[in-house]
Amino acid sequence: MTEMVRADNVHKAFGSLEVLKGIDLVVQQGEVCCVLGPSGSGKSTFLRCINHLEKINAGRILVDGDLIGYQERGGKLHELGEKDVARQRQSIGMVFQRFNLFPHMTVLQNVMEAPCRVKSENKSVVRDRAVSLLDQVGLGAKKENYPGQLSGGQQQRVAIARALAMRPKLMLFDEPTSALDPELVGEVLDTMKDLARDGMTMVVVTHEIGFAREVGDSLIFMDGGVVVEQGPPREVIANPRETRTKAFLSKVL
Amino acid sequence: MTTEQQETERARPEPIKAVPVRHPGRWVLIAVLAILAAMFIHLLVTNDRFRWSFIFLHYQDGKRGVMFTEPVLEGLRGTILLTITSMVIGIVLGVIIAIMRLSPNRILSSVAWIYTWFFRAVPRLVLAVLFGNLNILWDRIGFGLPFDHQIGKLFGINDLNAQFYSIKASDLLAGFVAGMLALGLSEGAYMAEIVRAGIQSIDPGQAEAAHALGMSRQLVLRRVVLPQAMRVIVPPTGNEVIAMVKDTSLVAFVPVTFELFFQLNQISARTFVVLPVLVAALIWYLIICSVLMVGQFFVERHFSRGYGSTGRARQRLRDIEVEQGGRITGEAS
Repeated sequence: MTEMVRADNVHKAFGSLEVLKGIDLVVQQGEVCCVLGPSGSGKSTFLRCINHLEKINAGRILVDGDLIGYQERGGKLHELGEKDVARQRQSIGMVFQRFNLFPHMTVLQNVMEAPCRVKSENKSVVRDRAVSLLDQVGLGAKKENYPGQLSGGQQQRVAIARALAMRPKLMLFDEPTSALDPELVGEVLDTMKDLARDGMTMVVVTHEIGFAREVGDSLIFMDGGVVVEQGPPREVIANPRETRTKAFLSKVL
Repeated sequence: MTTEQQETERARPEPIKAVPVRHPGRWVLIAVLAILAAMFIHLLVTNDRFRWSFIFLHYQDGKRGVMFTEPVLEGLRGTILLTITSMVIGIVLGVIIAIMRLSPNRILSSVAWIYTWFFRAVPRLVLAVLFGNLNILWDRIGFGLPFDHQIGKLFGINDLNAQFYSIKASDLLAGFVAGMLALGLSEGAYMAEIVRAGIQSIDPGQAEAAHALGMSRQLVLRRVVLPQAMRVIVPPTGNEVIAMVKDTSLVAFVPVTFELFFQLNQISARTFVVLPVLVAALIWYLIICSVLMVGQFFVERHFSRGYGSTGRARQRLRDIEVEQGGRITGEAS
């Protein structure tokens, strides 16, 4: 097994506000890691650090052995240029709470945009892949629609297909079901379950305890910028050791 | 399904036939407007001092009306050309300055701010006259090594000339080019503010999602942010184009003769016919602006893809279907 994500003592501050105070985490290839925690605990910020949407202040993050955002040369860290950061992001897919589909493009164009423009892949090859990805998330019939014509759950499934079109080795999910109507949550979770079953490495920030228990291989509970507790999801959820974990779980369960 | 069943179970009540609310004030206003319109048309038709035939049919001995004489058409071409070139300069500069203004680099954003400050503060008329006289500053304007004379002196060479190409300043910076630059540079400042507002109106999540897909900053701007910002940018830009058509008349002070209003003014100075010439100018400006408004309609429609009323209507229809427990349109097929 190879380590897909390795975080060593990651610190992040916005001005004087310390959001992450030393996060350590290892996610193995093919593993689904769920991140739980109250809002403001820094879990979304940590996820955004993994693909360098946020710059970390201290520590190291490695994805598939690649140091994210920096390069070590002669014992000194050099910031990576825009192109290198973009190259690192190509293999890390991300799904956002608010979907963030491109509203001026059709569903198919949304999925095809990055492979065509970033990787300059052959358009017809990308098209075939995009269509099959959309079929996979159950939206093959909607490919000529604009995002504004879809429901939240459908939009989020398109967002997943869009991220997958880049053939990432790691997928990051930032509260993917939090902006959805309760009845639409299931369809997105089902898509994510399929993805997990196919062996995708996933880091999922979520409030869906059921999903964490059923699909997660590991669970970390964050509060106040630190990892309070981690372990196999069933164990942590059934018998939390820390009082903060107990308090949180008693509120959400 | 459920609503249909309900309809069969309960008889539909008689439709409401109520007396609508009367709006007597509106009718009074309409009557006043109608009278004013009638008076205006009466004026246009009966007052022979308009000299419609002078405008449309016979100008002096010619067979054409003053609107269609060669110098006026020449002026019209000049006005259109000046509008297009100065708007192109304005839009290109505006996009560049807006991007500089939003740059995280303080120096770039300050330079952009100073540019906008200067060109918005100086009246276009003053700019036009200024650019017409700017060639006093230089003998020749050229392209080559900057500060070539000073550098030459440093190494003991007098009169080092490292210009690859140069032209007499009074040939380049006069007339049409001066007018075009004055209008274009001034327009750049206004367009910069419009483009900046457009870019800032886009949800930062859009750029974030694009970056997360591995797109470069330039690609994000070109493919994701600007196309969406166009929805906000186009309507005020339409305003700017129309304002520019009219502001081209300011370059008469550069002076530029290749311009509509200047040409018409010349005719009234020569023939002592004032009002009909002004009316002719007015009609031309109305025609140009009408054509531009048609163009704006199509450009706006193009950039509202994905937001259009058809999309919203379909979305509403779908929402209603979901509420009534129906199937989502077209899905599962």
